[in-house]
Amino acid sequence: MLRIPLFSRIVIIGLVVLGLAYAMPNLFYPRVESHNDAVRTIEVAGATPEAETARDGWPDWLPSTLVNLGLDLRGGASLLAEVQVGDVYADRMDGLWPEIRDSLRDLRDQIGGIRQVESAPDELRIRVQEPAGMAAALAAVRDIAQPVTSLTGAGSTDIEVRGEGDLLIVTLSEAERIATDDRTMQQSLEIVRRRVDEAGTREPSIQRQGGDRILIQVPGVGSAQEIKDLIGTTAQLTFNPVVGRTSDPDAQADAGDVVLPAADQEGVYYIIERAPVVGGEDLTDAQPSFDQNGRAAVSFRFNGPGARRFGDYTAENIGSPFAIVLDDEVISAPTIQDHIGSGSGIITGDFTVEESTNLAVLLRAGALPAEMVFLQERTIGPELGADSIEAGRIACIVAFIAVLAFMWASYGLFGLFANIALIINVGLIFGLLSVIGATLTLPGIAGIVLTIGMAVDANVLIFERIREELKTAKGPSRAIQLGYERALSAIIDANITTFLTAVILFVMGSGPVRGFAITLGLGILTSVFTAIWVTRLLVVIWFERRRPKTINV
Amino acid sequence: MRLKLVPDDTHFDFFRFSKLTLGASVLAMALSLAAFFAMGLNFGIDFLGGTTIRTESSQPVDVAVYRDAVSELGLGDISITEVFDPTFGPDENVAQLRIQAQEGVESIQQDTINAVEAALQEVDPSITFPQVESVGPEVSGELIQTAVLSVLAAIGAVLVYIWLRFEWQFALGAVAALVHDVTLTIGVFALLQIKFDLAIIAALLTIVGYSLNDTVVVFDRVRENLRKFKKRPLEEVLSVSINETMSRTAMTSLTTLIALIALFVLGGDVIRGFVFAMIWGILVGTYSSVFVASDILRMLGVKRDWSKKDGEAGTQFGGAEG
Repeated sequence: MLRIPLFSRIVIIGLVVLGLAYAMPNLFYPRVESHNDAVRTIEVAGATPEAETARDGWPDWLPSTLVNLGLDLRGGASLLAEVQVGDVYADRMDGLWPEIRDSLRDLRDQIGGIRQVESAPDELRIRVQEPAGMAAALAAVRDIAQPVTSLTGAGSTDIEVRGEGDLLIVTLSEAERIATDDRTMQQSLEIVRRRVDEAGTREPSIQRQGGDRILIQVPGVGSAQEIKDLIGTTAQLTFNPVVGRTSDPDAQADAGDVVLPAADQEGVYYIIERAPVVGGEDLTDAQPSFDQNGRAAVSFRFNGPGARRFGDYTAENIGSPFAIVLDDEVISAPTIQDHIGSGSGIITGDFTVEESTNLAVLLRAGALPAEMVFLQERTIGPELGADSIEAGRIACIVAFIAVLAFMWASYGLFGLFANIALIINVGLIFGLLSVIGATLTLPGIAGIVLTIGMAVDANVLIFERIREELKTAKGPSRAIQLGYERALSAIIDANITTFLTAVILFVMGSGPVRGFAITLGLGILTSVFTAIWVTRLLVVIWFERRRPKTINV
Repeated sequence: MRLKLVPDDTHFDFFRFSKLTLGASVLAMALSLAAFFAMGLNFGIDFLGGTTIRTESSQPVDVAVYRDAVSELGLGDISITEVFDPTFGPDENVAQLRIQAQEGVESIQQDTINAVEAALQEVDPSITFPQVESVGPEVSGELIQTAVLSVLAAIGAVLVYIWLRFEWQFALGAVAALVHDVTLTIGVFALLQIKFDLAIIAALLTIVGYSLNDTVVVFDRVRENLRKFKKRPLEEVLSVSINETMSRTAMTSLTTLIALIALFVLGGDVIRGFVFAMIWGILVGTYSSVFVASDILRMLGVKRDWSKKDGEAGTQFGGAEG
């Protein structure tokens, strides 16, 4: 007999109501969106009359979940950046040099003099005067090595040291490289996020992709260039000892030194030590300010260790110049007048007020640990996005009406049941998309339209089966029951195979393709649910009331 | 009155012309491959790298003027096409520019894009750029790789699933149908030189899913009928099964086509290629589930003793047949 226990009925109806409730806010998209924005603003910045009006535009007790619109629908820009993780190896090597130098100098009586020689940026080559003392030198450098602090690298040290003739070669270990890459990516992600957030755009999405890439998607910006301007500068600030000043860009610099141009004076170059005294990572604060002559400047403050190193260095080098270097340009090279023990100071240069404000923002957010190369960019104007939504909406409605009419003409009353299920089905897709926070893209809309066409499949399978069972004259109740039972295996097999392809699309695809995979996959789940349970419930309720002797499917 | 696409009781012999249909399928596949190798696919920047710029202007598009404006920049081959669409308003004149990836440049050259935009603005001040996309050669190479892998993975997953649920002959038949559908779709894209980009790969995978959906429904009925008619020849069982499922096949294909045609006409030019691929795929997929998948099953033969439901061979599970 056709029976569905009361408990199952409540669960089915409950799920449908819940799904539709979460889908409902999407019908009032602009109002709910400004409500959600206002709630967030009030939380962060306190209440304003406008924010409160916007908030009260949508009642708090109603669900306020919305489908995220992808960039192709909302307009905005997306960038795929590759972080040059290798840059950091060179910085690490530069940072190691003073320490290694000091420890090898202590062995002067065994190994004689030492000198850094030119090498690839990710290794350190040191020529030792007395190769006989190499064993001692290797041991001394190995003492400097630190254990790697990562799960996979446990048990290994951060640097590897080997001797080749009179050369002592220091490289980063494999485990340390992996750990460093990971740290570089974490830092880059965090800094990109902070810089984009500082600009105040709404709901940017910043995700790591693969080993060394970052996907940045910012809705509402006019071009990818704007994002690049925001994050493209590394803002690497360092304070380095100055070796000399020259007008020759190709001036010969010793290993460990580097020639950098002055930012404000054409044709002036500084030879500076590559290893910085203090770096931007030791900054705790940076603010735009003015120097005593009223020119724009940036004031900064170091943390404890940074302040100590800066204090020690200035105490030892009174009278000699040091360079403030930003992204491989010397902003200024003042002479140290006095011991600076406070850990705070001021950077002057040829800044405009706007530049000093920007620089302060960049310094506050922190420097990018490595350069970023942009591999892919997409900009979509908001009008094109709005056009796409409009076209998609009309196509959806037309497809919907056509399919509804067609089902009704083919199956009569049962077709109407299937139609109710189809409407619920689309509602559930939107509800699920909203709840899991998925992003709707243009191909995603195509996925929904495709689902509208295919969702009736399960019902068609069932109805056709009921028709067949009716031919063998078992009575309507039995025919309906057998129809559902016997169509089930075809429904399950057919939908699992389609679902498999949706999963593969989701895993391997990216961006818009993934949006398509999500709606296709969700559409399969909801269409099986509505066909097997919702239409069945409708049919059973109808059957219980009418008790028809014959049915016409 | 009910709308009936297929009469109630049909007895078509689907395999009477099997030599003809199979020949047609093989010929179509050969032609597709020939078109693919002779003409190649019109790959989008997703796969070749480069930049596309969509322009919109209130003035009519003059491709020659655009070409003159940008040819001075020395960016190599730039293709310019005007885009027509019934959804455009009277002052929406849209064109698509495509700049090839610049020699030896891995990343995106913002200067290039800026220069092109400035040159176009000079000849038409009202021009805007609603969509700009750039893909570096490194990424595009990876995208090709992922695309091919995902189509292969989908076909592989299907092969395994059907093998588990049915028998290996069914799996081979289904996969032959999939290869047929994918080949024919690629062939049509080569022949008509429609832009082949990442979204088309999504469409290909959907076709794989849809074609399979159809094939599985037929196979499910074949399995059921093999149990019911233990003595009838395989060819008859197959034909009966296809006849029995035909009205469902027609209904589902038609509702899906209705939805897709609505999208094709009204959905705008941005996704038209994508929708076209799916419409084509559904036509081909419906054909192939009968004339390729079932035909191959007929030729391979299949074990006839399905009486043991729990199958010691372990090739079935969870069948819901009562």
